[in-house]
Amino acid sequence: MASKEQTNPHEKHLSHEQQLREKHLMLDPLPRGQMNDMVMESMYTTSWKFWAVFAVLSAIVAYGLFYSWGKMIAEGLGIAGVNRPVYWGIFLVNTVFWIGISHAGTFISAILRVFKAEFRRPFTRAAELMTTFGLVQAGFSIFMHLGRVWLAYWLMPYPNQRGLWPNMHSPLSWDLLAITTYLLSSTMYLFLPLIPDLAMARDRTQDGWRKTFYKVLALGFRGTEGEWTHLRNAMNIFAFAIIPVMFSVHTIVSWDFAAATRPGWNSTIFGPYFVVGALHSGMGAVAIVLVVVRGTMKNMKYFIRAEHFDGLGKLMLIVSMAWAYFFFNDYMVQWYGGDKWTKQLLHFHESGPMGWMWFAMLICNIVVPWLILWNSKWRSTPWLIFVVGLIINVGMWFERYIIIPISLTINRMPFTWRMYHPGVEIPLGIGTLAFFILLYMAASRLIPLVPVWEVQEGQMAHSLKKFGRETVVTVSELE
Amino acid sequence: MATNLKVPVYGNLAEEQAGKWGMTIDMDVCTGCQACVAACAMENNISFVGEVDSGYGRSMHWIRIERFWEGTYPEVKMTSFQPMLCQQCGQAPCEPVCPAFATVHSVAESINLQVYNRCVGTRYCANNCPYQVRSFNWRDYVRPEPLPNQLNPDVTVRRRGVMEKCSFCIQRIHKAEDLAKSESREVRDGEFTTACAQACPADAIVFGRIDNPDSLVSQLASLDRGVKHLEELGTLPIVTYLKGG
Repeated sequence: MASKEQTNPHEKHLSHEQQLREKHLMLDPLPRGQMNDMVMESMYTTSWKFWAVFAVLSAIVAYGLFYSWGKMIAEGLGIAGVNRPVYWGIFLVNTVFWIGISHAGTFISAILRVFKAEFRRPFTRAAELMTTFGLVQAGFSIFMHLGRVWLAYWLMPYPNQRGLWPNMHSPLSWDLLAITTYLLSSTMYLFLPLIPDLAMARDRTQDGWRKTFYKVLALGFRGTEGEWTHLRNAMNIFAFAIIPVMFSVHTIVSWDFAAATRPGWNSTIFGPYFVVGALHSGMGAVAIVLVVVRGTMKNMKYFIRAEHFDGLGKLMLIVSMAWAYFFFNDYMVQWYGGDKWTKQLLHFHESGPMGWMWFAMLICNIVVPWLILWNSKWRSTPWLIFVVGLIINVGMWFERYIIIPISLTINRMPFTWRMYHPGVEIPLGIGTLAFFILLYMAASRLIPLVPVWEVQEGQMAHSLKKFGRETVVTVSELE
Repeated sequence: MATNLKVPVYGNLAEEQAGKWGMTIDMDVCTGCQACVAACAMENNISFVGEVDSGYGRSMHWIRIERFWEGTYPEVKMTSFQPMLCQQCGQAPCEPVCPAFATVHSVAESINLQVYNRCVGTRYCANNCPYQVRSFNWRDYVRPEPLPNQLNPDVTVRRRGVMEKCSFCIQRIHKAEDLAKSESREVRDGEFTTACAQACPADAIVFGRIDNPDSLVSQLASLDRGVKHLEELGTLPIVTYLKGG
C-alpha cells in the first residue's frame, strides 16, 4: 500500500478501501434516513432554469405537436412530405425510433435484474421511465401518420353492431396489439418497484397535493414481510415475462417491413436486426439521460458514478458490435441475392442523393463507438459518453430513415421513383422529442428517480471483509 | 401443382375461382394518347390535384401512361411507354396488409375492391403494391365550378385520408348485370366496357369476361404476345399486355 501511495500522487490520501468506496456505490453506504432525504430533496429542488426549460419545451409541444397535428388533421396529409412512392415518411421513422428508445429501458432493467447485475440498481427506474414515455411518443407518431386518425379505433378488436373486425393478417394489427401489450406491461413493471419508494415519499411528505398523490399511488404499502414477498414475486414474474414481450415487439415492428413485397424490406433477418438496433439506440439514450440527470439533479452525483457509465459503455460497445454484425449480414445476403431492384436500391443507398446519410450511419453506429468505448477511462467520462450516446442515436435515426423513406424511393415501377422532402413531419417530430423530455422532467420531480430501496438492498448485501491485509468485497444473496 | 405432391392445399387461390372480368392492352396499337386517363378521371370522380402536387408524386390517376426516356434534358430520347392501372391481382399483396379490411377481394366480380368508408389511411396497401397503382387522397382537393356538375352520381366522391384505385368501373359492371338480369340473360360480350376502353381511339384496351373462352378479351389474352407485369412475384394479375412489335 505504501509503495502505491508514492507512485500515484492523486490517490495518496486514499487507502485501498476508501478507493473502493469512492468507486462503487454499493460499497459506499449512507444511513437510510439520509439517503431517503437526499432523494426527496432531489425531487423537490427546482431552479429557475428548470422552469425556463419546462416553459420552452411546453411551447414546442404546443406548437410542434398539438397545433401542427391539428392542422394536419384539418387539411390532410398533403402538408406532410409523403407522396407516391414514399407513402411512409418520418412518422414511421419516429415510430420505430421511439419504440427502439423504449427498448433499452426494459433491457437494462429486466435483463440486468434477472442476471443480478449489481450496477443496475441506481438507474433501473430512469431506464424504465424511458420505456413508458418513449412508447407514448411512438403512439403519437403512428397515429399522426394515419390518413383518418379519428377512426383509429377501428383498428382495435371491439365488438360492434356492424360485425366488423380488424384484419388479423395484417402486420399492422399485430403491431398494434404488440405495442399495446408492451405499453401496459412495461407501465406495470415500472410501477411495481416504485411502490416502496412512493410509500417512502408518502411518509416523508407532510400534507398538500403531494401527500394525496403518494398516498393514493403507494396503495397503502407499509413494508411488512408479506408485502415485500408479494412484491418480489410479482417483480420476478414481470422481469422474466417482459423480456420475451420486449423481443417480440420490435420483431413485430420489423415485420411491418419484412412481410412486405418491397425490395430492401423483404429480409428474413429484419427481426433480430431491429431488436439489436433498438437496443443500440436505447442504450445510447439511457446514457444521455443518466448524464443529464446526474448533471442537473441534486444529490445525483452520489447515486450515479463513473462505474455506471463504465458498465453502460461496455454494453453499448457490445451492442454496437452486434448491430454491425446484423447489418453486414442483412446487406451481404441482399447484395449477393442479385435481385435487380434490390441491387439498384443498395446502389441508391450509397451513391444516391442521400448517400451521405448511409456513410454517416456507419460512422455514427460503428466507427465512433468502437473508437471511444474500448477505453475504460473514456467510457467513464460522463460528457464523452453523452456525446457517444447522442451520436449513436443520430446514427440509428439515420438507419431508420434509410430503411423507410429512402428505400421506398426505389420500387419496381421506375416511372414512380421520386424523392421525399419532409414537410410538417419536422415540427411534429421535434414535438415528440420535446414531449418526451417534458414528461421525463415532470416525472423526475414527481416520483423518486432513484429506486432507493433497491440501492439500500444492494448496499446491505455488499460488504468489505479483511483477509489478512487484503480487503475483499463480498456479496451475499438476499433475494 | 401441389396436388402432385399429395400435400393438402389450404385456402383457395383466387385464381382458381372463376376469374370473371379481365382486360387486355394491346401495346401494338396503343399510341399513349392519354384519352383513357382523361376518361377514367371523368367516370370515377377523380380529384384534380394540381400542378404542384402532381409534380411531387401525388397525382391520382387510376390509369396512367408511364413514359420512359434516355438521357437528360434537352437531349432526351423517348424509348417506350405503357399504360399502367390496377392489375386486379388474384393474389393481391395489398389485401392481407390492410388492418381494417378496407381493401378486399370481391368474390362476385373477382376483382380487388377498396372500401372507401372503411379506410383509415395507413397506406400500407400502397406500399405493398408492386405496381404502385394506388392513389391516396392527400388533401380535400377543390373542384372549381362547373366541375362539380359533371360528377358521376354512380361513384362515391372520396375525402382526404383515404386510398383509392381502379375498380374496373364496377358501377358499369353492376349496371350491365342488373339490366341483363332484368331481361333474364347473361351479360353479352361487348355490351358495355370500362371508361378507359370506351375512350381508347385505337381500341387497344379490351374489357370483358375472361372466364368465357369465346369472349374477345379471353381470345386476345391467350395470344402468344400476351405478357403479365411482374409475373414472377406471383400476384396473378388479370390484365394482359400484348407485346408491341
